[in-house]
This record gives sequence, structure tokens and C-alpha cells, in this order.
Amino acid sequence: MDDWITFPVLILSATLRVATPLILCAMGGLFSERSGLIDIGLEGKMLAAAFAAAAMASVTGSAWAGLGAAILVAEVLALLHGFACITHRGNQVVSGVAINILVSGLTVVFGMAWFQRGGQTPALPPEARFMPINLRGSRAFADVPLLGRLYGDLLGGHNLIVYLALLIVPLTWWVLNRTRFGLRLRAVGEVPLAVDAAGISVAWLRYRAVLICGLFTGIAGTYLSIAQNAAFSRDMTAGQGYIALAAMIFGKWRPVPALGACLMFGFLDAVAIRLQGVRLPLIGEVPVQFIQVLPYVLTVILLAGFIGRAVAPKAIGVPYEKEH
Amino acid sequence: MSGGRQPLPAWVDIGLIPIVNVLLAFVVVGLIVLSIGVNPFTAVRIMIGGSVGYPEAIGYTLYYTTNFIFTGLAVAVAFHAGLFNIGGEGQAYIGGLGVGLVLLALDAVLPPLLLVPLAVLAAAAFGAAWAAVPAYLQAWRGSHIVITTIMFNFIAAAVMVYLMVNVLIAPGSMSPESREFAAPGHLPFAHELLAGIGITMGQSPLNLTIVLAAICCALVWLFLWHTPWGYALRTMGHNPNAAIYAGIDIRRMTLLAMGLSGALAGFVGVNEIMGVHHRLLLNFTAGYGFAGIAVALMGRNHPIGIVLASLLFGILQQGGAELAFDIPAITREMVVVIQGLIILFCGALANVTKPALEALFQWLHTRSDNAPAADAAEA
Amino acid sequence: MSTPAPPAVELRAIDKSFGPVHANRSVSLSIARGSITGIIGENGAGKSTLMSILYGLYEADSGEILIDGQAVRIRSPRDAIAHGIGMVHQHFMLIDTFTVLENMVLGAETGPVLRPSLESARRELERLGNDYGLRVDPDAMVGDLPVSEQQRVEILKVLYRGARILILDEPSAVLTPQETEQLFRILQALRDRGATVVLITHKLREIMAVTDAVFVMRHGEVVAERRTADTSSEELAELMVGRKVRLELDKTPPHAGAPALVAHGLGLRDSRGIAVLDGIDLTLRAGEIVGIAGVSGNGQSELLEVLAGIRPPTVGRLTIGARTIDAAHPAGPAEMRALGVAHVPEDRHRYGLVAPFEAAESALLGYHDKAPFSSHGLMHHRAMVDHCAALMERFDVRPRRPELRSANFSGGNQQKLILAREIAAQPRILLVGQPTRGVDIGAIEFIHRQLLAARDAGCAILVVSVELDEVMALSDRILVMYGGRIVGEVAGETADERTLGLMMANVWTPPEAPERQSTAVTAP
Repeated sequence: MDDWITFPVLILSATLRVATPLILCAMGGLFSERSGLIDIGLEGKMLAAAFAAAAMASVTGSAWAGLGAAILVAEVLALLHGFACITHRGNQVVSGVAINILVSGLTVVFGMAWFQRGGQTPALPPEARFMPINLRGSRAFADVPLLGRLYGDLLGGHNLIVYLALLIVPLTWWVLNRTRFGLRLRAVGEVPLAVDAAGISVAWLRYRAVLICGLFTGIAGTYLSIAQNAAFSRDMTAGQGYIALAAMIFGKWRPVPALGACLMFGFLDAVAIRLQGVRLPLIGEVPVQFIQVLPYVLTVILLAGFIGRAVAPKAIGVPYEKEH
Repeated sequence: MSGGRQPLPAWVDIGLIPIVNVLLAFVVVGLIVLSIGVNPFTAVRIMIGGSVGYPEAIGYTLYYTTNFIFTGLAVAVAFHAGLFNIGGEGQAYIGGLGVGLVLLALDAVLPPLLLVPLAVLAAAAFGAAWAAVPAYLQAWRGSHIVITTIMFNFIAAAVMVYLMVNVLIAPGSMSPESREFAAPGHLPFAHELLAGIGITMGQSPLNLTIVLAAICCALVWLFLWHTPWGYALRTMGHNPNAAIYAGIDIRRMTLLAMGLSGALAGFVGVNEIMGVHHRLLLNFTAGYGFAGIAVALMGRNHPIGIVLASLLFGILQQGGAELAFDIPAITREMVVVIQGLIILFCGALANVTKPALEALFQWLHTRSDNAPAADAAEA
Repeated sequence: MSTPAPPAVELRAIDKSFGPVHANRSVSLSIARGSITGIIGENGAGKSTLMSILYGLYEADSGEILIDGQAVRIRSPRDAIAHGIGMVHQHFMLIDTFTVLENMVLGAETGPVLRPSLESARRELERLGNDYGLRVDPDAMVGDLPVSEQQRVEILKVLYRGARILILDEPSAVLTPQETEQLFRILQALRDRGATVVLITHKLREIMAVTDAVFVMRHGEVVAERRTADTSSEELAELMVGRKVRLELDKTPPHAGAPALVAHGLGLRDSRGIAVLDGIDLTLRAGEIVGIAGVSGNGQSELLEVLAGIRPPTVGRLTIGARTIDAAHPAGPAEMRALGVAHVPEDRHRYGLVAPFEAAESALLGYHDKAPFSSHGLMHHRAMVDHCAALMERFDVRPRRPELRSANFSGGNQQKLILAREIAAQPRILLVGQPTRGVDIGAIEFIHRQLLAARDAGCAILVVSVELDEVMALSDRILVMYGGRIVGEVAGETADERTLGLMMANVWTPPEAPERQSTAVTAP
């Protein structure tokens, strides 16, 4: 009896945990791409942030200092992307790839130089991490069938950043659709010339988008290394930045559908781990790689227009240049 | 429009700017090395000594160079067609799968003279097919090739893990590797070949594949600049509308360009699987696909430039390994950092140095009074 | 309003260069408040540059701008807007995926949250609609609106920002004559309520119809200022071009031969299903030049593209020799070339050449896989360079350097190179779009002579041009296009500007075929 409740609750709560960095990155990427800048570099920013958070937290013993360092590092990379692509009209894909490769090397180089643990940072004590928050009274409720589990393990029992990620989605929606900044941001991703002619700085708008992206990816990296895990390990993002990119595209560059895609991809991941080695009736054993690869396959299929149509912002990838 | 700017002399555009960009990248690398407490000049000395200082090291360097040439050419061919192939990693992986499948199936049946070309063709075909799907999806279905090739890298990795763990694993093996190929499925090592003509060289993974790399350089050069298809490909890359006007079939050219690109990337599989490991295994691409972007950018998408850039990357790869051995504070990943910085400076930030040099040459130009014919061109 | 007010805008000695191009040379002019002032000049005379300086898109190298008598510095559109200047650009600055209201408030929001802005814009839209007859559905997606309404949104945007000085850059280029009339009524209403309107155009008729005063620009300079009431089209035209308007070509009578290309009921629908070409019947004969006249955007470009094989027709058929082309049996540009069709595209930068290619490479675009440039799968560099050198010699392309990048040649020389390439292919049919757009006067005559020579050699030539005098000077027969259809035909020697103008506006009813007017209905 209890299994019927435990299993879905565990899967759903695992989904939420896996989806959190995806949601943060996807929302960051969304700001960047809606402003017309391709961001392949989500992965790199998140990885750098994860390293910075763990390194700082292990040195200072403070999770908040770790978060601050992570955001700072992600912002530096975001500004580098902006400098290359906004100020100097460089190729946005190249810039993103450069950041990803650079970071995957740098984190190991500095990790080895500073901590000498094969690229790992020292394991953090709970005080230096963002730990799960137990909701008030969850202990008392724990014995109540169904509701107790839902309250304690699904609604509660997550760390601060999980809730923050869930909060950021409606915030993103509101900023994008209901504010002056959002209107201008969407406009600059469609027809930057029109924004320029309206007397608004294209570059400053895009820099702000890039900075928001840096902020969110910084938080996402923090989550990976000092909330979900207790240390940084080399290449710990393991393609999640790309999955977030896929989720954002899958959500057609809109916050709420992108959240849905993140949760779906997170769910697939949670299920994949659970299904490892399990024989399902009728199907038999599902190879775990098959489920892991689904986000990528689904995104390819979506982009090919086989399920709906994902239309990118019109000016995406095109450096803005005043014509003579 | 061309505007009023004085065009830079060709040697500056082709020669000086890439060198300045690479130098900038290395200045940053030097600062990073310095920041972890190592004298960069010592590091350079160790790296050079470790990569070209003795015959085995040269063998290793050239073996790495071979892989960089393939992926560099792969990225360059796509670049010339205006396409950004980030999928070199996956195409190399699947190309290696093609080699492995042919050798596993036929190494007991065919003589080397048939087996080796067949395996090479399989590498090309598998790599090309893996690139052709994103090409098809862009040309016919309108999905963006950058995103699709990224996704295909991950799909390739998953496919390989599945195959190696569940299907191709050698019976009784603990690690996900296939059985070793029979001797006809081994490409001769350079030290074996050289021994045949009486030259002794230390053992290294350098093998006959480097000849294939050289042939590919020549063929890519011939193809791009001396065939009508190459002309069509470059036309499409510079101006797709003009290509349509000229009667060039954009969709088929996209397929052709990506197919060639994927085939070139697939040859990494020849070097690794048939040349070195002699069995199918995981993760043999080791980032060569991504490094190809750095190689192509640094080599200005020209085969000669790519050979030079590949040599540099080969030196870095081999020298970096020696460096990590000699100085524990430095890891092999320093090479990855250098790759990233080179992509950054030669690619993303390429527009930073050019205007500065343009201004410099404009200034030099106005100082010297002789106005060459380029002025007349503006009239 | 009898007190002598300072002019709304005064420009003093404005100078602007783009590299070696001197776009504005010491331009001084003053525009009276509450007037409609025209600025007229040929393409490239410097009108748009001057107005872009006033609107802050460019900054002048030297000179002074005075608004209402006060010297101001305008470094960006933001400054311009702050000084009450608004501009309606030739290419609309609209976001297709935004509603009319969202487009209106963009850049003129009242606060960080959008709702109050949208509400005030809705009220303002209502008011402006009542005052000036500028009516648009505030919640419509701009991308779904017809072009004339999009232009209205542009004007509304400018008014919403409180502009007292409106600059309109070639506003009629995208409008039908009726829509242009409507626009002029709106501009007059604006003037009557005290606004100052600056109209940039190269159309004399519009200057005469709506302005109070006019400045004529030529080669970056203001060459004349007139009160519209005191001048005439003829005088303005002469001032504009600095020569007699009429292009005179000593033309021999044509020897029209057999039909080289026959179009029957040719039609084309765009991606939205709107018929951009409709029932085109056309015969091109060997040895004649057929000119297509029409207001730009009436299907001429699409006709060229269909005839060149760039787009297949959706209905109807095209016969060239023994080959019949229709929707089921399309022929691409390569096959069209093989059939003897050569094409000088309207937009040479977009289609005609590859900017970073050497001239020698651009000089065989479309013929790159043909002998002698190419055989056995290889290209022959020597043959390419020799060919290009020969073309340059014959068509006087300067400098004569086949190895120079295509982008480094001037517009006129690029055009000559493209023309040379297409004529040298000895086509049976030559399609020419805007033969002399952006070409200096010396080269115009040269290009015209080359086209005539090709005609006399037996080539069937179709010329599309927005310059009516060019069409009249070159053509043996003139077809007039309107709304994707051919609405009239005139013999070259009997053509007069008035009749053609009426036909282009589709207000001319030919006595012999009155039913033509009623066939414009498009199928579902």
C-alpha cells in the first residue's frame, strides 16, 4: 500500500530536484535568446558557477559566499559573451562554444592547482551548503497517509534554490509580458533596428539580458555543487546546460512551456535512474540510454516541425549593425 | 557595402591577424599558468621539449595532429558553406563505429588490401550519414543545424554506450570494449613502417592514417577552390541568394557540405580504432571534434592553415601531457583551456583585433603618399 | 498666427561623408513651421542621409541643427524624439509579432509596468483616429495588417511620441495611388493642426500635389529652393538631374522575330496565399525590348523571378522553345540558363555577385560548371581570369583587375560586370531588372547602348525599371503592371508619360478593352 504512494512521490520529488538547474538555465537562456543572442554557453556558465560556489564555500564555510562567487563568475562569463557578441558583433555560437570549452578546462586546472583532489573540491559540511528545508509540522504530518508524504517529501524537503527556481518562472513570464523591459527585450530580439530607431539602446538591452542569464546560470551552478551535491567534481554539469537549451527551445522560447519541458526532461531522468535494471511487463528491460537520449531526440523532432513548430526570435544570431 | 575603409593587405588579413589573435590567447594562458605559480617560460620549454624533443614525442605529436587535421577540415568545409558543424565529436564517434563494425565483421575474411579501404569507406559513410541527418533537417525541415548537431553529439554518445555495453562488448569482458581485431585490421604503425626501411624510431601511436590526413588536405583544397562544386559551396556560404540565382541547389549543397564534413570527422575513427586501439571502445574521440573548431578558426579554414594549427595543437596535446607529468600543479586540461581561448580570440573576438589593425594600417597608409590602385576601385 | 515664428527646422552647413562618399556637402535649409516641405532628388542625392542626421541615426561631420530657433545637438533618435522630431522610415520599424498598441508604446512607455502605457495608448489611438482619420484596430497583430495600415501604425507611433515635426521617407513607395491620396489627406490634416511635415521623395507628382515648399537635392547638395506654387514639374525635374530629363537614344527600329518566350496565364501566390502575379500573358520576341513599367511592388520583381526560374509559377505556363514550364514541371535557374535565359537581377548585392569573391569568380556566377571554365570536374583558373579580363575590356569595367574582390568595385562597375557576364553568355532571352539603379550618369548611357546592341543582335530583352524615362527610352513595347497583372500595353514610340502614369495607377480605361478592370478578383 505504502509503495503506491512512496514511488510516485519519490519520482516526482526527484523530478523537481533534477529539473531545478534546468529551469534556472532555461529561464536564463530565454532572456538571452529572446533578446536575440544565442546562448550555447549555458553549460559553461553553470559549470564555472558550480566550481566557484564549491570553492568559495569550502574556503569560507558559507553557502551564501559560495552563491555570491558563483553569480560573480557566471556574470563575468556572461559579460565576456556580451563583449564578444554585442560590442564586437562576434559569432554567438563560436563565443558560446569557446566559453564551454574554456570552462571545462579551467575548472579542472584551477581545481587541481588549488585543491589537489583530481579536479574535485573538498566535501562540504552541511553548514556550507543549502540544505533541504523541512516544512513546519512535516514530522507531525508524516504519519498521515498520502498527505503526509506529499507535504513532507514533495512540497517540502527541498532546498531553497528549488523553490527559487519555481518562483523564477512566473517572474520571468511577468517581466517578459507585462513590463516595459520585457516589451523592449522581445522587440530587440525581433527587429533591433526598430528598437534603435525608437531611441532605445540595443546594446544596453542585450547586456541586461545577458546579465540576467548570468545571474540565473550562477544560481543553477550553485545548486549543482553546494545544494544538490556536497562538492564540485569535474564536468559535473554533464550536458545539463544543453538539455536546458533544448528545453527552452522545446518550450518555444516561452517561460511556462519551457518549465513544462524542464519538468518533463527531469522526469525522464528520474525515471531512467529508477528503471535501471528493472524489467517492465511487456516491454522488458528498457535501456537507460534510451530514456536519457529522449530529451535530445524530442528536441530534434520538434525543431524539424514534426510536432508543432518552434519559431525562434527573428533577429537571433544576427549581430546588430547600423547600416551605412 | 564596402564603405570607405582601406582594405587590409592580404598578408595582414591572412597572416598577421591570426598570429596576433593566437598570441593574445597565449598571453592569457601565460597569465593563468603564472597564477597557479608556475613560470610560463619553463612550461613552454618543457612542452616543446616534450613534444618535439625526441623521436617518440614527435610520433605522439603527429598522431594527435592527425586527429586535429580531420576535425579541423571537417569544421572548415562546413564553414565554407556557411554552416556551423558542432557535431564533429558525434560524427567522429559514429565514424569509428563504422570502422569497428566493418573490422569486427570481416577481419577474418578479407585481406588487408580490401579490409582497410573498406573500413576507411565505412568511417566516411558513417560520419557522413550522422552529419547528413542534421543537414537534411535544416535543408528540408528548417531546423537549425547548430542545435541539431549538438543534440546529435549526445545521441551518438548514448548510442555508443548502449552498443558497447549491451551488444558489442567482448564476451567475458568487464569493461565495455569489443574484442581485438585480427591482424589484417590493424593499420601499420609509423615505427613499424620506418623499421621496414631501416630507420628505427621509438614506439608511438603514429600510424598510416597521417597519410590519409595529408591526402584529405590536398583533396579539400582541390575541391573547394578548383571544382565547380567547391565554387557552388563557397557561393552558398557567402551569399545564399546569389547561389539560388546561379542555379545552385541549396538543399543538395547543404547535404553535400555536411556529408563531406561528417566524413572527414569520421576519419578520426580510422586513426583511433584501426590505427591505435585495434578494438572498439568508448570515448576515443576525447574532444577532438570540438577542438576542430579551434583548429579551423585558427587555420582560417584553409588546409595549409589547418595543418599548421593542427601541428600546434598536436604539440600542445603532447607537450601538455609531459608538462602535467613534470609539474603536478598543471593538468592536461590546460590544453583544453588553450583550445577554448583560441576559439575565443580567433573566433568570437576576431572582430576586436581587426579594426585595431585596420586603423593602424590606415594610419600608415595616409602617412605614405603612394595611393595604390585600390583607390581607383572606389571611384 | 501672424507673428513671425522661427522656422521649425533649420540646418546650417551640414556635411557628412561615408569614407570617400561625400553624402552631404554643406547643406543649409530651413523648414517653416506648419508646412509640408518636400525634399526631392534622385536616388543617392543625399536626401535620406540628411534626414537621418536630423533624426539622429547618423551624426553630421560638421554643421548645425536648429529646432524652433534653438541650436541643438542630436546624437541619437532619443535626442530627436525629445525635440519633437519623428520619422516614418521607408522600411517600417515595426515588430510583426506585436499588436498595434504594443508597437505604439515601444520606447514611449509611461512606466516600468506595461498596463498603464497600453491603456493610455488605447485612449490616444482613439483620439488620433478621430482627429486625423487614422483608424487601425489597436489589438491587431501588425504582421497581419496590410502594408498601408502598417504605415498608418508608423505615423501613429510618431504622433504618440508627441512629434511636431514629421519626416516621411518615400512613403508612397509601398502604396497604391488611392492609398497615397489618403496619406496626403492625413498629412494635410496634420499640417492644418500645426505640425510640420517633411516629405522625402523622388516623385515629382507628389511634390506638386501636396507640398508648400520644396528643396531640390543633387549630389549631396541643395541646388534649389522653391515655393511649390511658383514652380513646375518640368523645372524641378531639370533641377533634379541637372540635364534634360528625356533620355534620348538614337534607336533603330526593331526587327522583331519569332517569339522566344511565351507566358500564358502565369500566376504566383506568396506564402500567405495572396496572388502576387495573376494571369500574366506575355510574348517576348527575338530582337525586341519589352519594358515593364509600374509602381514598385506591383509584381514586377516576382515576374522576373518566375521568368528566371528562381520561383516556379503556381498557375499558368511558360514556353521557351520546345520546353513548357508550369507548376508541375518547374525549371530552376540552372535549367533556365540552359534554355538561353540570362538574368541581370534587380538587386545586385543580394543576387548578382558574391561580395568576397574575386571579380573573376563573380564573373562566372551561374556559368561556373560550364566549359571553358570547368571540365572533367575541375575549374580552370586561367580561363576564368581571361574571361573576366575580356569582359572588363569590352564593358569598360574599372579597375581592370580580375583578382580584386567584387565588393571593392563601385556600384556602376559591378553592374557593368554583371551585365557583361549575362550578355557574354549570348542568351536568346535577357531579363534585366533595374538596369541602371545606383549607376552614375556616364555609365547609364553605356548600359543602354549595350542593351540595344544585344537587341539588334537578335536577343529578346525584358527590362523592368522603376525609372519611367528609362523604360520609355529603351522599350519597343511597354507593358504596365498593376496589382500583379498586366493592365496595359503601349508601343514604345507612341508612349507618353501621362498615359503610362494613368495606367500605372490603374485609372486608365482603354476604350478597346473595358472588361480588363473587372478581372482582378483573386481566387480563394
